[in-house]
Amino acid sequence: MSAHVLDIVLSVNGDAVHERVDARKTLVDFLRDDLGLTGSHVGCEHGVCGACTVRVNGEIVRGCLMLAAQCDGAKIETIEGVSDSGAVADLQDAFEKRNALQCGFCTPGMILTAQELLTNGGATDRDTIREHISGNYCRCTGYHAIVDAIEAIAQTRGNK
Amino acid sequence: MKPAPFAYAKARSLDEAIALMGENDARLLAGGQSLIATLNMRLSAPELLIDINGIGGLDGIALKDGMVEIGALARHAAVERSDTVAKHAPLIARAMPHIAHPAIRNRGTFGGSIAFADPAAELPACLLALGGEIDAIGPKGKRTIEADDFFKGLFETALGPQDVLTAVRVPTATNGMRFGFAELARRHGDYAIVGLAAAAKADGKKLGDVRLAFFGVGETPIRANKAEAALAQGNVDNAVAALDLDPSDDAQATAAVKKHLAGVLLRRVTAQLLGREQ
Ligand SMILES: Cc1cc2nc3c(=O)[nH]c(=O)nc-3n(C[C@H](O)[C@H](O)[C@H](O)COP(=O)(O)OP(=O)(O)OC[C@H]3O[C@@H](n4cnc5c(N)ncnc54)[C@H](O)[C@@H]3O)c2cc1C
Ligand code: FES
Ligand code: FES
Repeated sequence: MSAHVLDIVLSVNGDAVHERVDARKTLVDFLRDDLGLTGSHVGCEHGVCGACTVRVNGEIVRGCLMLAAQCDGAKIETIEGVSDSGAVADLQDAFEKRNALQCGFCTPGMILTAQELLTNGGATDRDTIREHISGNYCRCTGYHAIVDAIEAIAQTRGNK
Repeated sequence: MKPAPFAYAKARSLDEAIALMGENDARLLAGGQSLIATLNMRLSAPELLIDINGIGGLDGIALKDGMVEIGALARHAAVERSDTVAKHAPLIARAMPHIAHPAIRNRGTFGGSIAFADPAAELPACLLALGGEIDAIGPKGKRTIEADDFFKGLFETALGPQDVLTAVRVPTATNGMRFGFAELARRHGDYAIVGLAAAAKADGKKLGDVRLAFFGVGETPIRANKAEAALAQGNVDNAVAALDLDPSDDAQATAAVKKHLAGVLLRRVTAQLLGREQ
């Protein structure tokens, strides 16, 4: 059946959520406007900047290029969830220590994108790190500090 | 921007998707990585989106009668990680990392890329270079379309308004086959300014059955037939001179720059085909 308004049931940062959404509402707008999770940012709204990065069923996606309606039954994790769990605490510290953020607009997307690379063991060298974050724009830092922070965590986690 | 209102339906079967497409100004929603971007920018405003992600059996990657078959809903990331693709369709494996960025590859689908037919996209050109084929199903049943007959114009393919692309097949690579791939883009993962996907048979020190598919230089991916013939004669200078591409200026580069870069890529890819990669 087709509908302009849909009821969805999903898990967001471990909590069960039941909501009614417009068919045209994107996932990132749903998280921000309906659930008040404003850590995921909205930049370009057409997939180019990566500010809206969130995890759906364990994989990072563009929150602006998925509909909330498509997330019925899905497991969503946002920067709020991964921050609270402590999973990215070391990465967040490294970003702070190395000035890998200035305004912070890109940072939630950067952290989630970097975390995926680190968890898959793929942060082997600076070129790979750069390639992996190529879809995330930062207007402030010039990227070097971000690559430094990710590289540092790849080393400390690798040595544990 | 936000999309104009539309209705959403989750199709449970191909039959249901085809029926829904017949009744409405509808669009199929696969990975959404091109479609939702165009809706957000209000470049298009269909009445209904038919989500095909829930239809089972369309995301396989397997060997079938000497061909590698990739289901329409196989995500770019799954194709990129596939051992079958790496071993039996190495040209596609080489192209995958150039397609967008990791988060987009996690959602975008192989079939969506072929059906969308962006003239600067990698996969349509790979399909053309490999002489692949496309399976579609519509109200009149199933059919198979050769890659050479599939790409018709700017974002236009042989698919009808009620057709669903279900799978793509390419011949499995054999020992004597050589492949080459190169593209130039401003930022890693962006659509190419110019790109080239190529296949050929190694024939001693020469090349046979050369297939050169350029992308980003026209309304569709384009075979460079004259250059193919010249390259089979063994002369790369003649092949570059024989390039008869007719690109237009676009936001990324002028036609003259694109033509020049096409020649540069042809030399690089020829070196790959001859096993003399620098
Ligand atoms: C920032 C950014 C950069 C990108 N860079 C590149 C790049 O460098 N190279 C590249 O190739 N792509 C790139 N893409 C596009 C990406 O690869 C898309 O995933 C792909 O083009 C479309 O696949 P999809 O599954 O997302 O299709 P959708 O967006 O869901 O659909 C696209 C179109 O195809 C139709 N369609 C989809 N599936 C089918 C089907 N099975 N049968 C019939 N019709 C169908 C839809 O109705 C729609 O009209 C980029 C996207 C973004 C946002
Ligand atoms: S807001 Fe989603 S990629 Fe820019
Ligand atoms: S810190 Fe400002 S955009 Fe990256």
